[in-house]
Amino acid sequence: MATPNTPLWEVFIRSRNGLAHKHVGSLHATDATLALQAARDIYTRRGEGLSIWVVPSSAITASDPSEKGMMFEPAESKIYRHPTFYEVPEEVGHM
Amino acid sequence: MTTASISVSETPLVLYVLRRADDALILGHRLSEWCGHAPMLEEDMALANMALDLLGQARELYSYAANVEGKANDEDKFAYLRDVRQYRNLLLLEQPNGDFARTIVRQFLYSAFADLYWRAMMNSADAMLAAIAAKSEKESAYHLRHSSEWMVRLGDGTEESHGRAQGAIDDLWSFTGEMFGIDASERDLIDTGIAVDPASLHPQWLKTVSGIVSEATLALPKSDWMQQGGRSGRHSEHLGHLLSELQSMQRMFPGVTW
Repeated sequence: MATPNTPLWEVFIRSRNGLAHKHVGSLHATDATLALQAARDIYTRRGEGLSIWVVPSSAITASDPSEKGMMFEPAESKIYRHPTFYEVPEEVGHM
Repeated sequence: MTTASISVSETPLVLYVLRRADDALILGHRLSEWCGHAPMLEEDMALANMALDLLGQARELYSYAANVEGKANDEDKFAYLRDVRQYRNLLLLEQPNGDFARTIVRQFLYSAFADLYWRAMMNSADAMLAAIAAKSEKESAYHLRHSSEWMVRLGDGTEESHGRAQGAIDDLWSFTGEMFGIDASERDLIDTGIAVDPASLHPQWLKTVSGIVSEATLALPKSDWMQQGGRSGRHSEHLGHLLSELQSMQRMFPGVTW
């Protein structure tokens, strides 16, 4: 049982052929060293990773879900920001 | 118990390999007893991972022992159809889990040895043992790191965790000497470069153990009296209980598979 004194950590793994670390989940650990070991034991058991980051969950500043209108809706009407209005010349082939 | 135990032709090499296989199986089984019972989910997984590492080592060693022996025995028969007196593991490894501190102390004392042992065995003149050592070394290196970190946190933790860790060291210390002993059957294997002389690993082991124990604000016992017996099949009362559980299926339903 994780006590209230056991901090939460977010785990990021870079896979064998991945370029970036991806968030894979979270865990409880008393300090960074044990968090790294626990991440290894929980999230890389099937050869998933070559590199691990652990970050205290408390270090993450998250956007407020109640502000999602202000934060994200303005972008929804700006479809011209997607690069879908260009004709790609035949000669270019597959990009 | 309805299935008879097997007999094993313990040539020096078969005996040597069986001893290491039994070490891995028995400690692995002890760790697996924590599955679902550890103090926190994260540690539950860590202990089960270590158990699986050890089970993997045991399987390779048993298979090799069967190969060397060249009879009808195989890894399953070695594991499931030998009596307690036929088991050759270190007494340390069959000691009950106790609390989490005791499990960690047992793991630490053994892993500090196993790490050195497997690294040295990578140079064995026996190609199969050298290959098993190369795989096992990485596993035991992590077991040592994991148990060392917990040693420091338990010892240098609360009064309660310190007391439990110190109590476990005091109780288990007399089982550590057996790791460094050899008998006549091993002497030839050492002389021919198949085995390493464990006594040569003792100084480094003691250095590692003393270093972590002192960092953990714990102390090693003054007593140097050491318990022997596991290597020749004279076990503590705990191994029989462990085997009765480990072997119950094969003893009741011989050859059962699922």
